[in-house]
Amino acid sequence: MTQVGEEWDEGGPERLYVLTGGRSGFDETGLDLVTLIVSRTPPQIGMQPEHESILRVCASPLSVVEISAHLKLPVSIVSVLLADLLAEERVEARAPAPALPDIDIIKAVIHGLQNL
Amino acid sequence: MASRTFETAAGPRSEDALPASATSAVKIVIVGGFGVGKTTLVRSVSEIRPLTTEETMTQASTGVDDLAGVERKSMTTVAMDFGRISLNDELVLYLFGTPGQQRFWFLWNGLFDGALGAVVLVDTRRLEASFDVLGRLEESQTPFVVAVNAFDEAPSYTDGELREALDLTDEVPLMVCDARNRESSKGVLLALMQYLHSLAMTSEAT
Ligand SMILES: Nc1nc2c(ncn2[C@@H]2O[C@H](COP(=O)(O)OP(=O)(O)O)[C@@H](O)[C@H]2O)c(=O)[nH]1
Ligand SMILES: [Mg+2]
Repeated sequence: MTQVGEEWDEGGPERLYVLTGGRSGFDETGLDLVTLIVSRTPPQIGMQPEHESILRVCASPLSVVEISAHLKLPVSIVSVLLADLLAEERVEARAPAPALPDIDIIKAVIHGLQNL
Repeated sequence: MASRTFETAAGPRSEDALPASATSAVKIVIVGGFGVGKTTLVRSVSEIRPLTTEETMTQASTGVDDLAGVERKSMTTVAMDFGRISLNDELVLYLFGTPGQQRFWFLWNGLFDGALGAVVLVDTRRLEASFDVLGRLEESQTPFVVAVNAFDEAPSYTDGELREALDLTDEVPLMVCDARNRESSKGVLLALMQYLHSLAMTSEAT
């Protein structure tokens, strides 16, 4: 994955392919756009830079979609990168609130909005 | 190494960081045609400056003028804006401003799965832009409210006229809003949540 040619199109699909080792994620990872990710370990020297960035921006909880926005990478790619970090137990994933109708969550949202 | 081209991410500003106690998140989808005011609404209630996520869509197309019938690929970048509201120390709400064309929705797998509900933003100058969206939401059984974003130049209709034009049943909350106004936008989100509350109460009672 480190052998990359000189003429490299930064945003191109080839690069994304190399980044993820050819996998395309999201479905397999079970991550939602709003799954909150928190780092469990600090970034380490020699890590893939994208992994390093994720560990850094997730020092406090951050959703999958926010990671995507901050890293300027599509969610589909971020999900694959996160799958690596989850497998290595370098990050923790906090699943979204359970499916509705959950009256307690609805009430919490109403209360939160009223207090804005 | 790939690092040469990856722009190291700055990440959120420290004042935008969620507390370590944040444990779960919920989402509401704001859906409507281009220029209807989705980003404006998200911006007026979000605690962070709206962020953007992009996906690249590859479309295979065989050109009619292409004698060899060679398959060509065109790439389109589709963007989605979103914002965030911390509801309390544990619960976070995300608001997604999603393009009206449902053919883009698959790009964000699970966007509507587990969403609390949706706000359909409508511009009365282009009511037909909402037909597709409304049908889709009904099909997927996503609860929604309809908010007319009142542009100055736009024609105004009565409730009844709008319900008829949009084929809305009486239960679906319908309101007028100004997406630029924080209180008005907050009111739209609250209307959706009150509606969900009433739906949940009804289903609990049966
Ligand atoms: N007059 C008026 N203009 C609005 C209103 N809401 C949004 N706009 C303007 O309409 C334009 C498109 O809004 P935007 O939020 O970008 O639409 P989007 O494509 O749905 O995200 C912007 O220039 C907004 O300032 C409104 O309630 N009234
Ligand atoms: Mg927009």
